[in-house]
Amino acid sequence: MAETLTTARDLPQTYVGTRTVRPDGVDKVTGRARFGADFNLPGQLVGRVLRSPHAHARVVSIDTSKAEQLPGVKAVVTRADFADQPSEFIPAGEMMINYKDMVRNIMAREKVLYEGHPVAAVAATSTAVAKRAIKLIEVKYEVLPHVIDVVAAMKPDAPLLHDDLYTVGVEPKPDKPSNVAKRIEISQGDIEAGFAKADLIVEREFNTAAVHQGYIEPHAALASVSEDGSAEVWCTTQGHYIVRAHCARLLGLDIGKVRVTASEIGGGFGGKTVVYLEPLAVALSKKAKRPVKMVMSREEVFKCSGPTSGANVRVKLGATKSGQFVAAFAELKYQAGAFQGSPVQPGVMCAFAPYDIENVKVIGYDVVSNRPKVAAYRAPGAPISEFAVESVVDEIAKKLEIDPVELRLQNAAREGTKAAYGPKFGPIGLVDTLHAVEKTNHYTTPLEPWQGRGVASGFWFNIGGETCASLTVNEDGTVSLMAGTPDIGGLRASLAMVAADELGVPYEKVRPIIGDTGSLGFNFLTGGSRSTFSGSMAVVEAARQIKADLCRRAAKLWEMPVEQVTFENGHVKPVEGASGKGKPMSVADMAKLAGKTGGPIGGYGRINAQGAAPSFGTHLVDLEVDPETGRVTILRYTVAQDAGKAVHPSYVEGQFQGGAAQGIGWALNEEYVYGADGRLQNAGFLDYRMPVASDLPMIDAIIVEVPNPRHPYGVRGIGETPIVPPMAAIANAIEQATGVRFTELPMSPPKILKALRERGVNGRGNGKTHG
Amino acid sequence: MAKHHVTATVNGDEVEFLCETEETLLDVLRDGLNLTGSKEGCSSGDCGACSVTLDGRLVCSCLVLGCEVGGRRIETIEGMARGERLHPLQQKFLEHAALQCGICTPGFLVAAKALLERDPDPDETEVRYWLAGNLCRCTGYDKIIKAVMATAAEMRS
Repeated sequence: MAETLTTARDLPQTYVGTRTVRPDGVDKVTGRARFGADFNLPGQLVGRVLRSPHAHARVVSIDTSKAEQLPGVKAVVTRADFADQPSEFIPAGEMMINYKDMVRNIMAREKVLYEGHPVAAVAATSTAVAKRAIKLIEVKYEVLPHVIDVVAAMKPDAPLLHDDLYTVGVEPKPDKPSNVAKRIEISQGDIEAGFAKADLIVEREFNTAAVHQGYIEPHAALASVSEDGSAEVWCTTQGHYIVRAHCARLLGLDIGKVRVTASEIGGGFGGKTVVYLEPLAVALSKKAKRPVKMVMSREEVFKCSGPTSGANVRVKLGATKSGQFVAAFAELKYQAGAFQGSPVQPGVMCAFAPYDIENVKVIGYDVVSNRPKVAAYRAPGAPISEFAVESVVDEIAKKLEIDPVELRLQNAAREGTKAAYGPKFGPIGLVDTLHAVEKTNHYTTPLEPWQGRGVASGFWFNIGGETCASLTVNEDGTVSLMAGTPDIGGLRASLAMVAADELGVPYEKVRPIIGDTGSLGFNFLTGGSRSTFSGSMAVVEAARQIKADLCRRAAKLWEMPVEQVTFENGHVKPVEGASGKGKPMSVADMAKLAGKTGGPIGGYGRINAQGAAPSFGTHLVDLEVDPETGRVTILRYTVAQDAGKAVHPSYVEGQFQGGAAQGIGWALNEEYVYGADGRLQNAGFLDYRMPVASDLPMIDAIIVEVPNPRHPYGVRGIGETPIVPPMAAIANAIEQATGVRFTELPMSPPKILKALRERGVNGRGNGKTHG
Repeated sequence: MAKHHVTATVNGDEVEFLCETEETLLDVLRDGLNLTGSKEGCSSGDCGACSVTLDGRLVCSCLVLGCEVGGRRIETIEGMARGERLHPLQQKFLEHAALQCGICTPGFLVAAKALLERDPDPDETEVRYWLAGNLCRCTGYDKIIKAVMATAAEMRS
């Protein structure tokens, strides 16, 4: 199907590539847009969760009788209300999900595995009653030793989270369970032989902290279950069809009887691809027979929803004197949280993807520990491994005295390069992004003492997948567009532009909405940078059906063979040399005649989008280190990234800028801090320090366009790559400013100060600068 | 304990409501008055998504108690547009694509309006520091700052 769509590229484009005002914009600047917590139903109850205070404990008993007797309490659920699930892995976004683990993550069964793990939930007539009910639930715990750190969790004598977890991917199969769920390995060539050819080998070990996606909107869900077993759910999610599938599975409901409506979503970044509250709200509503609304507090978001992995990474890279990379090795140990499924697999695959290297070997370990189960976070896994690799690349550049952009250009993956993880790349834009950065005046502006400049590149695969969209031409010629993936930052605008261009109607006449799960066939979620890529392909398919239908209708009207009618520039018209006559008619003209020519006009794109193409980016950062406080100030930032085709340049720039800002937070301040008791110590925005406006400069965005030949408009996914390069770019710049190579994230003021003190630097006077 | 009976002015309209002592102004706005444009991101005054003005002063409504606002004048995002006309800040946010997911947008708009009423000609640093109490996780702030600066320039001319 994808092949037939490519013809649309020849069409005149009038909206795609321009900066339209988004159709959902007015609702969002007036407070009218309804986000997860903004939905209410008559008679609704308030749901709340009792969570574990322990990092690791056996749940000996749960007594809910006192809570159930409290006036105003309408339902209480515990592990007893959820049937156990078999162990089986299914894809969800860029991660895999196992229902045996999922049922235990949404509600603890045998053990609690992290602080905040749900143990019971109540539905009551008010928040006050629900809070009192939670306090009346008596849970007897047998507290167990816990383990937080990934390297500690891999030790043979580490506290064991799951006694049935045996490492997959090692021969022979281990005879004892451990916290290592999986060992994976990719390789090509012969790294021993490769390293033997190297004139310079740099080997470094890195550690990164767990960081949260940090969406400003907490998780929220409202569920209403009827006596006949049909359920409705309103929630904030990146994929309402996925919520439907999980709720149906966990509660034993028919998928067709569950209708899920995605609210506007207040940020997700991967963290809203999984379920937490939704099955609990459905279970409570099923019991109470009243609607139940649940909203997480910020503390709950930090303690109980997915951060991404912290990790330990070892990288070894060999180069010749002239700068050619000849061998690369990396070993990645990723925290999965309480249940297996860290993004170590994509971490392994992405590690050396930007480079053409003959001999590569990457090993990854997926390791459980007493932390919340990780969820996807923007290019899951890639920022960690690529941080380590790009830091080592920089060190090689400095040792060989080669410009860091030139060294990357020398080794960059190009069209035809075989990536170590498998495929041969098609047309890709890494080289173009490097040239774009090199040409900026940013790259050549002189630096002052204590300032440094860093560069790093990044890669992400991007995905396609199951997608539906419908277009309906209304009686007055306006167009209703329905998509099935939540609009997290401009999707409706992009799809409306594509529909307008395809049908030759004004953009303002296309009204896009996000349909509920009953409105369209299955849609995979908004993730993997897929929604504009795949959604626009489905819209093109729907438009193609409409155009073919309008040609048939016009042929009938004009009494000529359908082959003699064509659709061009928004009009049906006879082809040149046609046997009969017909005045060209627009979509609006044809809409008026719909009743006479065959009834309602519409198209329905149902595709499994193939041909997603990777996006490469290169970031350039200038910063200043204050040797008296250790604080790093970002002075200037430039992102260059390949978008294939930027459907809406402003929102493409916004993705580049937002990803860079998240990466800056990851690099400099953000981290999960645990006490010796295994409890999270910074579960709030005051102590989990995300970048604020005064921390950042403007972020220059350069859109490179190397069209994706498998998409009708050349589109690539662009949302995830921008978070990959910042950490290394910043570490490389700090190295230039201070002479110190930092291998641990975040590079927060205390760490920088300590490193400077260890080198005898006590202020501005005696520092060595490399600028 | 009996609930508090409070009368106040919200977006120019006189309102009265009953609230518990521990209920915040944000709770009252969202749950009592159905003004859900103010968002709850943290309940600790760290994210600014619930920004409103109280007698013209910018506050986090999650840090104000409902029972404190008797007789006072509250302006929320719902009162920002005048009839069919968007406030210039709202218009510039749309033109500059200064929002992605939009959850922080009401708070930014209310905060930016309070800034421009105080200082019609702020420089970039002043805008960045004034808005440092509003978290945005999507945009990297670039387009938000540009939209506010562009609005200030337009409103001055």
